[in-house]
Amino acid sequence: MAEEYKLMKGNEAIAEAAIRAGTDGYFGYPITPQSEVMEYLTAAKPHETTGMIVLQAESEVASINMLYGGAGAGKKVMTSSSSPGISLMQEGISYIAGAELPCLIVNVQRGGPGLGTIQPGQADYFQATKGGGHGDYRLIVLAPASVQEMADFVSLSFDLAFKYRNPVMILSDGAIGQMMEKVKFKEQVPRMTEFPDWATTGKNPDRERNIITSLDLDPARHERFNLKLQRKYKEVQEKEVLFEEYMCDDAEYVLVAFGTSARICQKSVEMAREEGIKAGLFRPITLWPFPSKELESLTSHVKGMLSVEMNSGQMVEDVRLAVHDNIKVGHYGRMGGIIPAPDEIVEALKKQIIGD
Amino acid sequence: MAENVLNKEMIKPENLVYTKTKVLTDNVMHYCPGCGHSTTHRVIAEVVEELGIQSEVLGVAPVGCSVFMYNYMDFDMQEAAHGRAPAVATGIKRLWPDKYVFSYQGDGDLAAIGTAETIHACNRGENIVMFFINNGIYGMTGGQMAPTTLEGMKSSTTPYGRDWMQMGHPLKITELVASLPGTYYVTRQAVHTPAYVRKLKRAVRKAFEYQPKKKGVSFIEVVSNCNSGWKMTPVQSIKWLDENMLDFYPLGDIKVPED
Ligand SMILES: Cc1ncc(C[n+]2csc(CCOP(=O)(O)OP(=O)(O)O)c2C)c(N)n1
Ligand code: SF4
Repeated sequence: MAEEYKLMKGNEAIAEAAIRAGTDGYFGYPITPQSEVMEYLTAAKPHETTGMIVLQAESEVASINMLYGGAGAGKKVMTSSSSPGISLMQEGISYIAGAELPCLIVNVQRGGPGLGTIQPGQADYFQATKGGGHGDYRLIVLAPASVQEMADFVSLSFDLAFKYRNPVMILSDGAIGQMMEKVKFKEQVPRMTEFPDWATTGKNPDRERNIITSLDLDPARHERFNLKLQRKYKEVQEKEVLFEEYMCDDAEYVLVAFGTSARICQKSVEMAREEGIKAGLFRPITLWPFPSKELESLTSHVKGMLSVEMNSGQMVEDVRLAVHDNIKVGHYGRMGGIIPAPDEIVEALKKQIIGD
Repeated sequence: MAENVLNKEMIKPENLVYTKTKVLTDNVMHYCPGCGHSTTHRVIAEVVEELGIQSEVLGVAPVGCSVFMYNYMDFDMQEAAHGRAPAVATGIKRLWPDKYVFSYQGDGDLAAIGTAETIHACNRGENIVMFFINNGIYGMTGGQMAPTTLEGMKSSTTPYGRDWMQMGHPLKITELVASLPGTYYVTRQAVHTPAYVRKLKRAVRKAFEYQPKKKGVSFIEVVSNCNSGWKMTPVQSIKWLDENMLDFYPLGDIKVPED
């Protein structure tokens, strides 16, 4: 498949990009608002073209463990789900991080807690960036804000996952999953023919057996392993931060937002500017590693920041940690599947941050 | 002196009647002496050697006493989360369809927390071998009730014996999976006498030989002992198994391939 443009939903873009990225296997379970991913993949029949396997599992618990098996066997594997399903996967994600396996997990978030709503939300920020499952581990978390980024982040995720032997999450939401936009797709990448030397691909006589496990009952050795993980995470923090700034150069007030909220905030910045407020937008693209230093550097000229999120205040904690108490930081959030309107955000900025 | 000379003379290749398979590593097994897990491991390793598939076999270990199976098998293995070995094996087999893939689980792992994965792997007809070690108890965590614990049988969470009014009935999951069209070969074996070990080995061999046919799951239950969990000596546990377990879990093939 050559490079081409298509008009597509975000969920479909993920699926198409997965085929083109040379993904070996997709394992998933239906849940709104992301079921189009597996529907697109099963209709596209990639096993006839690239050889990619698509399997509907009996649950998210099963799908994440199928990922563990496939990833441990050296293959490029992914799943997608939405909030309740991602909660169900947490034990498996922790095992994958503990066994240092590369894979891609897509969360097209909906509102919670519980069954919540099928409308978009961003309340899984804590779960994605602070752990979610048990133990000291990190996911690399990418937050797309367009259908184009839904597509682009698939191959980016696999590159990062294999570079660091670490699970990567695309933290999207129902709005971007369902929205249609023009997307440019890259040409087809062939599936891998060579596999990592640590993978369980069959013990040839010329090598020792490979073992995929997260277990070690020797305290000293297991602490050393944990320290090694932490060094890896530190390296990711140093090298892989991604963010985008919009009108931040001369900004006095900055909105901080990711994903769908960031799209709305771009409009809010323009509205504020029309009113003579020097506003800007800072959009973290990697939610973990969080662009703390980059955000902090803005405090040289920025007087206040408003973290705009579709939750009750999650990323705002990282914003506060980044800028310390140097400037005023507030949060504006909507929940229940409600997407904030641009003018509400400008009002909140005036009320909470700029003051009278 | 004369005795030693005799021994040395006896140690010749043509006099060798048994040697440990090279597919088992030299690591000392952590199992309690007398435990059926170790014999079952040995049987699997011997079959892998005899079939010459050491470089083609990918195994999945469970959470349970056999969690360290990968320390003893000299081939590639993955250690799955509690109950999820059939899902992990599915992921591997779907992506490496020409390898020999197996999962190995205890009764808590396969028939309690992992029941959904067990039934659905069987129902999809995954082309894997599933080993199911039924010792009627949770060995690793200290002898709690398993789904397979017999009625009246004592465990650390049924100290007065399993009462079905409270705890339900022992689960014959092997008969259950045999009823699914996705299973190809289903058998129940044991390892507590040399004759049973030989029978088990024939079953294991068949199960691996069937795999390239891609006709579905080969499911091997091994009725086994947990002398520690049962609070018995190894000899007592074997006697108890013979007298109590086999009535409820009768040995033999439950489903044999028709083609
Ligand atoms: C999610 C989860 N729950 C509980 C446990 C604790 N646990 C470890 S092994 C085990 C039972 C194992 O029993 P069985 O599968 O019968 O194997 P055996 O040890 O008897 O061979 C349990 C409950 C765990 N590791 N993970
Ligand atoms: S506790 Fe039971 S199952 Fe575990 S090793 Fe000991 S005898 Fe075997």
